[in-house]
Amino acid sequence: MSIIEFKDVSHQDILQHVSGSFREGRITTFVGPSGAGKTTCLKHINGLLSPDTGTILFKGEDIAEMDILELRKKIGMAFQSAPMIQGTVYDNLNLPKAIFDETLDRDRAAELLHRVDLSEALLDQPVKSLSGGERSRVAIARTLVNKPDVLLLDEITASLDYRTVKEIERLIRKLQQSYGVTVIWITHDLDQARRVSDDMWFLKDGELLAFGDASFIDETDNPVIQRFVRGED
Amino acid sequence: MSYIELATALIFVVIPLALTLVLRLGLERDIIIATVRSIIQLLIIGYILTFVFESDSPIFMLLMILLMIVAATQNIRRKGDGIPGIMWIIVLTLVTIEALTMGLMLGLGIIPFEPEKVIPISGMVIGNSMVLSLLFLNKFKDEVERSDDVIELILSLGGTPKVAIDRSLKNAIRTSMIPTVEAQKTMGLVQLPGMMSGLIIGGADPMEAVLYQLLILFLILTTASISATLVGYLAYPRLFNEKMQYIGLTYRK
Repeated sequence: MSIIEFKDVSHQDILQHVSGSFREGRITTFVGPSGAGKTTCLKHINGLLSPDTGTILFKGEDIAEMDILELRKKIGMAFQSAPMIQGTVYDNLNLPKAIFDETLDRDRAAELLHRVDLSEALLDQPVKSLSGGERSRVAIARTLVNKPDVLLLDEITASLDYRTVKEIERLIRKLQQSYGVTVIWITHDLDQARRVSDDMWFLKDGELLAFGDASFIDETDNPVIQRFVRGED
Repeated sequence: MSYIELATALIFVVIPLALTLVLRLGLERDIIIATVRSIIQLLIIGYILTFVFESDSPIFMLLMILLMIVAATQNIRRKGDGIPGIMWIIVLTLVTIEALTMGLMLGLGIIPFEPEKVIPISGMVIGNSMVLSLLFLNKFKDEVERSDDVIELILSLGGTPKVAIDRSLKNAIRTSMIPTVEAQKTMGLVQLPGMMSGLIIGGADPMEAVLYQLLILFLILTTASISATLVGYLAYPRLFNEKMQYIGLTYRK
């Protein structure tokens, strides 16, 4: 069953008539060359951007008709740069609560750190002292505070070493299996996409060339995708 | 002071001119333009003030204040480039500050309704508001550009634009107010403030000069806080659209 569906979505000259869906509870990766419109697509799902034409459905409902702030709480997003506010790890985990004048229980903050394989001893550490891998994990833990239905990941492993990349991949798979969260993941690394994907979307120049079960990436007879897979694009 | 004495004072322009020529700083053109402009502008304003004071008409007084607001707006506008509608935000801020401070001072009988009092004090209020707005816009744009990822992060978590930009806005307000507060701490120790010095040179009783200067200091504190806050709270919504999406600074091509 699809949880999110794009219907003929266009945005400026970045996305062109994109129609496709994301299946609930699965990991879908966005692949394609740079400038294909992957991040723009992701921001549309969270309501950070809106289509010029076309509609996006979340659980069958047009997101343009929904309360945008409620939608954003249901769709967590981890950005490539893992932006942090100044302060400690706890301050950052508390951010999704603090913006509504609420406070995150410290026990729950510790539990969230455990979920992303970090020690609760980090809670009072300044975020400046975190390694790249720890920062990514804190960013993922922070998106879990609102208990989202969908997790959007924008190249979260782009600047990490290979070992940390593999750990983050395992972590995302664990979160998806344990909590049934739907994951939509942009990656520039095709091998990573093959490792983690249930489904894939292939975008080029703002057009969705193929989507569905990830096996299409190696079985397709589309010459554009074949060229990308061979590393020629 | 006579015009001959003023001409003699031009020696103080010759010194920096000589320095810039010797050191090849390339500032000679700017120094000459600045000197000529200041002489012309101040002489014109001197004649206008003499006319307004002698006519004793509230209409000319209001026109003077309006002229100050227009000139200050022109000066600030370019700094606000990237924020749609910044010109009207600045006009509204300056008019509000002038109306509020003058309303209070006249209403509470702190100063009499005379051009000799209202115009110079308005000049100081509007001038200070202009400087504060410039400082604020500079810092605010810098903050917004540096933390656009955090702004989008907070929006993505379901925060409103106000919450998303809160840190940048308050940092910019705080930073732009610091020079005013710091300057007041050393007032009278390091330097004698301009207005007080002017009054004393003009032959006024030093204590009377001090009392007027204190009034101006308190006014400037109010002006500083209101200018930065008003410009900030009127400007930030222009960085978002009605769908609570961040559009950021939009520079005209």
